Amino acid sequence: MTAYLDYAATAPMRPAAVEAWQELAGPALNPASLHRSGRRASMVLEDSREQIAGFLGVTPSEVVFTSGGTEANIIGMTGLFRRRERPRILVGATEHKVVLDTADTLGAEVTRIPVDSAGRIDPGLLAELLTDDVALVAIMAANNEVGTVNDLVGIAQVCAQAGVPWHCDAVQWPATQHLPAVPMDTLAISAHKVGGPVGVGALVVRRGLDLPIYSAGGTQEGGIRSGTVDVAGVAAFAAALTAIDYLAEVPRIAALRDDLQQRILAAIPDVIVNGVDADRLASHLHVTFPGCEGDALLMLLDAAGVEVSTGSACTVGIPQPSHVLLAMGAEPAAARGSIRFSLGWASTAADVDAAAAAIGSAVDRARLAGSVRMALR
Amino acid sequence: MRVVAALSGGVDSAVAMARAVRAGHDVTAVHLALARDPQRQRTGSRGCCSIEDSMDARRAAAKFDVPFYVWDLSEEFSEAVIDDFIAEYEAGRTPNPCLRCNERIKFAALLDRAMALGFDAVATGHYARIVSGPTGPELHRAVDEAKDQSYVLGVLTAAQVAHSMFPLGDSTKPEVRAEAAALGISVAAKPDSHDICFIPDGDTAGWLRRQVGEKPGDIVDAESGDILGQHRGTHTVTVGQRRGLGLDRARADQAPRYVVGVQPSSNTVFVGTAGLLSVRTIIGSKPSWAGPMPTEPVECLVQIRAHAPAVPAWATVLGAEVLVELADPLRSVAPGQSMVLYAGSRVIGQATIDATRP
Repeated sequence: MTAYLDYAATAPMRPAAVEAWQELAGPALNPASLHRSGRRASMVLEDSREQIAGFLGVTPSEVVFTSGGTEANIIGMTGLFRRRERPRILVGATEHKVVLDTADTLGAEVTRIPVDSAGRIDPGLLAELLTDDVALVAIMAANNEVGTVNDLVGIAQVCAQAGVPWHCDAVQWPATQHLPAVPMDTLAISAHKVGGPVGVGALVVRRGLDLPIYSAGGTQEGGIRSGTVDVAGVAAFAAALTAIDYLAEVPRIAALRDDLQQRILAAIPDVIVNGVDADRLASHLHVTFPGCEGDALLMLLDAAGVEVSTGSACTVGIPQPSHVLLAMGAEPAAARGSIRFSLGWASTAADVDAAAAAIGSAVDRARLAGSVRMALR
Repeated sequence: MRVVAALSGGVDSAVAMARAVRAGHDVTAVHLALARDPQRQRTGSRGCCSIEDSMDARRAAAKFDVPFYVWDLSEEFSEAVIDDFIAEYEAGRTPNPCLRCNERIKFAALLDRAMALGFDAVATGHYARIVSGPTGPELHRAVDEAKDQSYVLGVLTAAQVAHSMFPLGDSTKPEVRAEAAALGISVAAKPDSHDICFIPDGDTAGWLRRQVGEKPGDIVDAESGDILGQHRGTHTVTVGQRRGLGLDRARADQAPRYVVGVQPSSNTVFVGTAGLLSVRTIIGSKPSWAGPMPTEPVECLVQIRAHAPAVPAWATVLGAEVLVELADPLRSVAPGQSMVLYAGSRVIGQATIDATRP
């Protein structure tokens, strides 16, 4: 029996999504073909697009399907950068690695926007950094590690005033929050974070934004992203999004998260809950355990059947100190001694019980191992 | 027992892990990331800890449903093994980094961490055996003499031996490869790694040149005191070396000259004839004992290099030093190397070679 508390990494597929996918898996489904089978595929694709557009509060022609959140982020940033002929990109210091790395690989001059101790960007500070050599701003809606939420209205205002487009990584958002009607220029979302399949995502491209072709080929998806669209995957994505019942799910998830937080604090009083003083996603609980190595904790919890993440970027499994925590002002030891618990649509009290039961002895052992490591240095 | 199986990505550690699983232990696999910036793929049979190696290790663990993690000990490795390697050469000695790695990383840093996390032992794919003896677990040579790695494990203390497992010690290498193939382990045919893992292209001299630079000095005849040429640094030669010295002139009797010693303080390399290389007494320091420390002089076999045969000798512990008197003279005994003492196939202990006497 395992307790899964790693929804921020991926969520189990919702039954509605599995059903939608299964219904379509099998027959030949190329929506670009002109014959009846193709038209049927195209209808399913466009129905799904309409549903997802409706969910996001945009029109269908503003939705471009991709292979996931990562690709949506890359296409959005690349497109905005290439249309502007300005050398600079502003990226939040706590952005996901794909956003940070894409800014670098585009050959832009990159300025990292500092964050506060809860990981948020101050729109006033952003305004100061918006010089006229900036092609785009990349700021996420909510942080994937800590879960803190940015001031989306404030950021939108500042960008609009400066006339600089805003690419928003909203991958962590829709699982527990309705997207606000905020004018981001491009927005990335991912199916598997909301209970849809892995391998499908969407990029919202605002009307009037003429994004250049990203990948040449069969000119699908408005010419922006070529390649036969995964119709079954997209239908499952749409089914997952429309299955979300925010009113029922979010308070339940938040209550489970708060209960886990309370029990961890009760068992280990000197832990630090990151982002607790700010607006946080209902799903996230990010905790620093002083004296522990995060990877030791992860391993001990894994052995106890509790599945969590350190949330830090891993290169072939080698834990690195979290750049998110470092940007929030944490010491490197803290940045390496943290665990991210994240809950979601299928989380239960039993999951929280398992985590609460395992954490005390896991921390004791990890502290022992942590002190061994200190002695070696 | 709860066992950490150290997986390198090679066939030996994979089969060792499989055997530990088959023996009923609760096994967790750990791949040590020792390289600061690993290569993506293995190049030939040298080098280690490439990303390809870590993927091979991961696959082997997955095959046996063994949890797999990567532990980053690259900083510890850099300080304890690589820096030590350079320092030893600069001090005029010939180090064995594999020994240091076993002494300080694999059976120290790794073992200590494993035990702190609740494990009982570390299992590796080394070819050696642990045998129950009258005073506790004993470290012995492997059955496959050609593959025996008890020499590089000679540096283990009794406490470390008590928490080690070497599942391959009673098999030959061909048997192990065959077992890997039968188990469907994909690295069954992967070539063995050899040479120094942190020098992937095998060019130790070149690597040292880049780390230490060139420090030209005199090559001096040990008997006459004549200067016979220039060397590029005492770290570029080793005791017993004959080739590549670039001496100005040969001896009148055409007898070959060998490096018989180096003196870093004066940056001098001394050469002499084979007779001068001959050693009958070795003094070692910093001893370690794989079992009880001998309190009386003990008749034993001593091995002074990884691929040298073990020869008869008498060993006496004198405080913090070990005095070894050889039955027959040996050549090319290099300070900095380990001398491992055996009683038959059992490892008694080892000491670092400090000085030699004819």
